[in-house]
Amino acid sequence: MNDDPNAFTLGPLEAGPPCCEPQPVIQVRNLSLRYNTQAALDNVSLDIFKGCITALIGPSGCGKTSFLSAINRMTDLIPGCSIDGRILVDSQNIHHPQCDVQALRRRIGMVFQKPTPFPLSIRRNIALPLNEHGITQKTEVAAITETVLRDVGLWNEVCDRLDVSALSLSGGQQQRLCIARALALNPEILLMDEPCSALDPMASGIVEDLICSLQGRYTIVIVTHNLAQARRIANYAAFFWVRGHAGHLVEFGRCRHIFESPRDELTAAYVNGARG
Amino acid sequence: MSLRVKQKLRDGVIQGLIYLTVLLVSLIFFWLLFDLVHGGAAHLSWEFLTESPTDAGRAGGIASILVSTVLILLVAMVASVPLAWSTAVLLAELVPAESTFGRIVRFSLYVLAGVPSIVFGLFGHAFFSIYLELGFSILSGGLTLACMLLPILTSTAEAGLRAVPDTYRLSAAALGLSRTAALTHLILPAAAPTLAAGLLIGIGRALAETAALLFTSGYVDRMPGSLLDSGRALALHIFDLSMNVPGGDSPAYASSLVLVSLLLCINILSMKLAYGLQRKKIMT
Repeated sequence: MNDDPNAFTLGPLEAGPPCCEPQPVIQVRNLSLRYNTQAALDNVSLDIFKGCITALIGPSGCGKTSFLSAINRMTDLIPGCSIDGRILVDSQNIHHPQCDVQALRRRIGMVFQKPTPFPLSIRRNIALPLNEHGITQKTEVAAITETVLRDVGLWNEVCDRLDVSALSLSGGQQQRLCIARALALNPEILLMDEPCSALDPMASGIVEDLICSLQGRYTIVIVTHNLAQARRIANYAAFFWVRGHAGHLVEFGRCRHIFESPRDELTAAYVNGARG
Repeated sequence: MSLRVKQKLRDGVIQGLIYLTVLLVSLIFFWLLFDLVHGGAAHLSWEFLTESPTDAGRAGGIASILVSTVLILLVAMVASVPLAWSTAVLLAELVPAESTFGRIVRFSLYVLAGVPSIVFGLFGHAFFSIYLELGFSILSGGLTLACMLLPILTSTAEAGLRAVPDTYRLSAAALGLSRTAALTHLILPAAAPTLAAGLLIGIGRALAETAALLFTSGYVDRMPGSLLDSGRALALHIFDLSMNVPGGDSPAYASSLVLVSLLLCINILSMKLAYGLQRKKIMT
């Protein structure tokens, strides 16, 4: 498989220190994505490793977000979007006709760029998806709510006002609530699309620490324009670039390698701030 | 005269003109209200509301008229609201905005909205009264009104649903919620104020309708015994009193006052309802 120049499947040495054995949980193979006739991604192949944080970096319009939304099939909702290639999650093809999209999205949570709380109470924001996935017992829902709100460090801030509207929270709190809401469904994978970019530096720092604390328990794929942030939190980094009009994967590897000893000149120029 | 003074003078004149127009518009409304109260208040009493009309409406009250009006309204709402709202859901949520199907449906609603009510009346008479053999009846009148209300209810509901931010739909989908769950728990409650507003406009239109009911629900002023009886709507009663009944002016005034107050009440009620619904969704 390594003969394919576009396949970034790493050998054991490159992938991690010998103490851990990286397991690919998402395998993307020859993924091409088009919006009507406009190509957005061209022939991308890479592995996402279990329990690790993978950062997708690159300039705007290089297909990072398209790549991210292809993983939980949010691309289904975009009219005119078509996909070639395979995405395997735990060796299961997610485009297989028998794949249950709702179950897939429960396993693969997503956090958007702007906080997207529902116009409901804080409590109901977390309870609604739980109820819809069959967890209706009040004590169980309450227990999960407390756990995930503690996980995101929001419990002490909101425990006495769980019934106020989630829209009354600050931006950073809303984003943490959205992360908690995704965590409540106990996903294996979290997709994050620039989760800090709409927040002020303080809130951004808190959310970044939160993401770091989730490492190991969840497999995280994060799109970020903040290279310093990618460098701080990610284990792996994938660098995308626009060639022609479509996004290409230029380089993928351990975060340290991408930032300190990139193989590609373009990557070096980008991470050093000379390009992009 | 310096430039500043000129500018100030011009501003003053324009402001004055704007205030004058506003005053004029409100004046018309208050004049109308005053006229109604002045001409109708004396005739208005508890008996007027609870007694049936006698002597062609010159004496007695409007009890049977009110009952007929409410029944016609109920039939119209029960028939049109489910149809209109499900069409709106289909147009806003299920088919792409630019699809041919959506365009055809929207175009036919546009045309339907522009049809004069007398034409609906003739259609209702031909279809419901004669072809379906419902005769002059509350049922036939209500169904005719329902056809008339479809475009208003559908277009307001569609606009309301479209105004709900797409982020709700996306984040609901990302959490693995089904379309139905997103619709019932998030999108419909968020659109509730617009739905209620549309309902209100519809009820207002239906309450004030005369021409469409003339040939369908008829103008028998007896207390209706069933939906298949003919019944006279309030607006039609006012029309009849002022056109065909000499000496019917003061009951006509009083009936108009009742009609306007009814519209006002429905207005306030539905606004409260929409507000309460939104609050409840947030609190639970």
